[in-house]
Amino acid sequence: MSGRFGFLGRRVLQLIPVTLGITILVFFLLHLVPGDPARQILGQHYTPEAAAEIHHKLGLDQPLWEQYKLFMDRLIHGDLGDSVYYNQSARSLIAERMPATMFLIVYAGVLAALISIPIGIIAALRRGGVFDQATRIGTLITFAMPPFWFGIILLLFFALKLQLFPVSGYGNGFTDHLWHLFLPALTIALAFSTILTRTLRASMLSTLRMDFVDTARIKGVSRTTVLMRHVVRNAIVAIVVVFGINLAFLIGSTVLVENVFSIPGLGELLVGSVSSRDYPVVQGTTLVLAFLVVLVNLLTDVVHAALDPRVTYE
Amino acid sequence: MSVVLGPSGTLLESLESRSRTSRLGRGRITLAVGILILGTMIVASLAAPLITSAKPDAIDPLHPLLHPLSPGHPLGTDSFGRDIFSRILYGGRIDLLIAFGATSVTAVVGTVIGLSSGYAGGWVDTVIMRIVDLFFAFPFFVLVIAIVAMLGPSVFNMFVAIWLTSWISYARISRGHTLGAKRQEYTLAARALGYTNRRVVLRHILPNVISYVIIFAMVDAVGNIVLGSSLGFLGLGAQPPSSEWGVMISDGQNYLLTAWWLSTFPGIAIILVGVGFSLIGDGLADILRPGD
Amino acid sequence: MTDPVAAPVLEVRDLHTYIATGAGVVRAVDGVSFTVGEREIVGLVGESGCGKSVTCRTIAGLMASPPARSTGSVRLASYGDRNLLDLSAADLQRLRGAHLSMVFQDPMSALNPMMRVGAQIEEAVGAHEKLSGRARRTRAIELMERVGIPVPERRMRDYPHQFSGGMRQRVLIAMAIAGRPKLLLADEPTTALDVLIQDQILSLLLELQRDFGMSMILVSHDLGVIGEMCDRVAVMYAGEIVELADTATLLEEPRHPYTISLLRSLPDVNSQSRYLRSIGGAPPALVDVPPGCRFAPRCPLALDQCREWETELLQAGAGAHTARCWRHEETRREDAWPEQSYESA
Repeated sequence: MSGRFGFLGRRVLQLIPVTLGITILVFFLLHLVPGDPARQILGQHYTPEAAAEIHHKLGLDQPLWEQYKLFMDRLIHGDLGDSVYYNQSARSLIAERMPATMFLIVYAGVLAALISIPIGIIAALRRGGVFDQATRIGTLITFAMPPFWFGIILLLFFALKLQLFPVSGYGNGFTDHLWHLFLPALTIALAFSTILTRTLRASMLSTLRMDFVDTARIKGVSRTTVLMRHVVRNAIVAIVVVFGINLAFLIGSTVLVENVFSIPGLGELLVGSVSSRDYPVVQGTTLVLAFLVVLVNLLTDVVHAALDPRVTYE
Repeated sequence: MSVVLGPSGTLLESLESRSRTSRLGRGRITLAVGILILGTMIVASLAAPLITSAKPDAIDPLHPLLHPLSPGHPLGTDSFGRDIFSRILYGGRIDLLIAFGATSVTAVVGTVIGLSSGYAGGWVDTVIMRIVDLFFAFPFFVLVIAIVAMLGPSVFNMFVAIWLTSWISYARISRGHTLGAKRQEYTLAARALGYTNRRVVLRHILPNVISYVIIFAMVDAVGNIVLGSSLGFLGLGAQPPSSEWGVMISDGQNYLLTAWWLSTFPGIAIILVGVGFSLIGDGLADILRPGD
Repeated sequence: MTDPVAAPVLEVRDLHTYIATGAGVVRAVDGVSFTVGEREIVGLVGESGCGKSVTCRTIAGLMASPPARSTGSVRLASYGDRNLLDLSAADLQRLRGAHLSMVFQDPMSALNPMMRVGAQIEEAVGAHEKLSGRARRTRAIELMERVGIPVPERRMRDYPHQFSGGMRQRVLIAMAIAGRPKLLLADEPTTALDVLIQDQILSLLLELQRDFGMSMILVSHDLGVIGEMCDRVAVMYAGEIVELADTATLLEEPRHPYTISLLRSLPDVNSQSRYLRSIGGAPPALVDVPPGCRFAPRCPLALDQCREWETELLQAGAGAHTARCWRHEETRREDAWPEQSYESA
């Protein structure tokens, strides 16, 4: 349908200024450093020569506009600078770490959906009942729970005490990944489920009140069919939208959880490079993660447009 | 009232008992419970010296890793022999400061920006909203970390990072509701009467917008506590030997099997504060915005 | 006019529907009884909140049971002697579409926005008959043609938002008649439509009613529509039927003060006056129902007894005409009415 393709085309075009803006923001991050970045990096090993070398590497010896041009030029060629801590380019470091993070994000997303969809539906159908009240309290507590703390608790029980899952790492091979990343993914998923469940429940309740549900019932269609084909099908679209919006949150949790479970992903890289003042890596990782969010938002829009035929008309 | 007999009478009776709890009543209860919980945490934290004689940084090499309910140490001690209970109480001051300090500033700044942008309209509005959209495209936590990374890890820099990034939600909310209010008739009436712009905004639009902002601020406060403690946990916010709750949880990581209480209790404290804020937010939502 | 007592298609007796809300128990329908005969169109007319929609929805079993509860009896001749209010969910499902069906007021919200129109009609077709996919499709196209939707083969694949209001209502009607029900409930089927389209839809409904031999309950607040379409009319106020008669009698010789006031408030094309008559005041909140006649607070003819005695439907005039008013014999006399004060247009 040309309407929907047009919509997506417009969305992609809108990405360009956003992407540009992201690069500008990340570029300026470096200039937040109070004083001389070289001093921070070198610490005790500060010498004017070493500092000058770092200035040159980071492009700090040029006027601002030139620096940005240099930054963008490198970026287009896929060069994210070199780590000042490791003996590698930022890009290769990031490339190494990316798979683990991607796996974790997708895994967490799937688990979150598996948890929140049934709960949200049942809570709405049995509104006011015991299940619904329990869900309300559950989401209330889970929302206030810091993900890293919850991860530690899970780690304590299932990995250390019960020894059901490994304490850290990524593993080798697909099933091994699934096993290693289960607890971390569950941690993220649980935090994410709070908002998904609440949204789905609200969406279900408002959909149940709509006239077309009555129309479906009055046709003599079975209750299950009315539920699945009309109510759930329509209510779920709300989740897709919320999923996208909260993805930024999801990625933030990934950073924390990778730390707790020592998973070799982008999050661990980011935190590590902060401590070691590895500015190029900080910038590079931030950039990549931001692009990831943009990409996921685009995907969300695609899925939304696929599910809801009214989208083009908004 | 007329006496209703017969089957419709029993019908009436059976339904009457259902309709008594109204949303307003529920909202008030929720709000009260929330204030109770949060209030207790605040008071406990501020009045810490009155509650416990133990000092949060008092190292006691003779009594490390004591179990909870040990004499003089209701929640046990950590690896340095410091009393967990008092560390939690004193540490609460930092976390509560984060909740209030970070949230209030961003709320005020963001709302002002959003109100102005929404009311002014035109290119001012467009530019500001583009900036807001840009920030929204970022994974929030990552951006905060990056900013703290550049400025240097400390509690203050953590505040700066939050201030720089959190205002966007408020801007978006208040702008949205300002736009809605602008179209409403009471705004048009006020302007037709010749009221100055400032008066229109302050007297007519703001009260409408403020209830949404306050409710959101409660949710945001929870987020900021989680954020602050997360940074503390990662060593990017409060630093040891501070007893900020996130730092405490991090300290306890190495002793998970042997001394679970080191990491567990600070987490429970965070949850309690978070639940308090959430309940207040939910209660206010039921009271102020019963239609939503 | 058919004798309503002989073999009615639908019999509603002493129907009460009460709804629990935050403000108290709303007595939406409070003792409604009427019948619908073979091939008969009965109108339910009244202002917003009088209970006409709730009556229909109760008959169709669409009132959500926790907040709403009903007593009384609703019996369909084609479904044996069972009280519809007591049916299980499974029985209700068998009943709907095949024995009774309903058309709703707002066609936009009454159609699933995310499902193609053809699929929704096919769903109605397949609800009670086991048909192959192709057979369902053929039937759906037939139905769409029958209700006057042009180029049905192509339009089947469209979504509701791609149709105009009138076309959407035709889709709803197609779905409603798919199962050849004996009784069709039409809840304000034209209220959301343009005046020109209204006419078309009403004609369509009449046509279908004649061709399929259906009985109909037509709900409306528009006396004009009721006058055109219905054989008999029930006027509702505050959850009760206040007058029940065949259409001609109701329009020419109304007995209940409410009906009379309603008719008087219709703008008169011939009149020179700039003023519209309206009935002062508002209907009672159905939560705390005052004793006595519910219309008394607004009734120009109200006496003290009206506020004390519970009302009943009394035989009024000749034939099958009832009115819920102690003074129904006097209401037709001009001198019984006090001086009317008009409210300006």
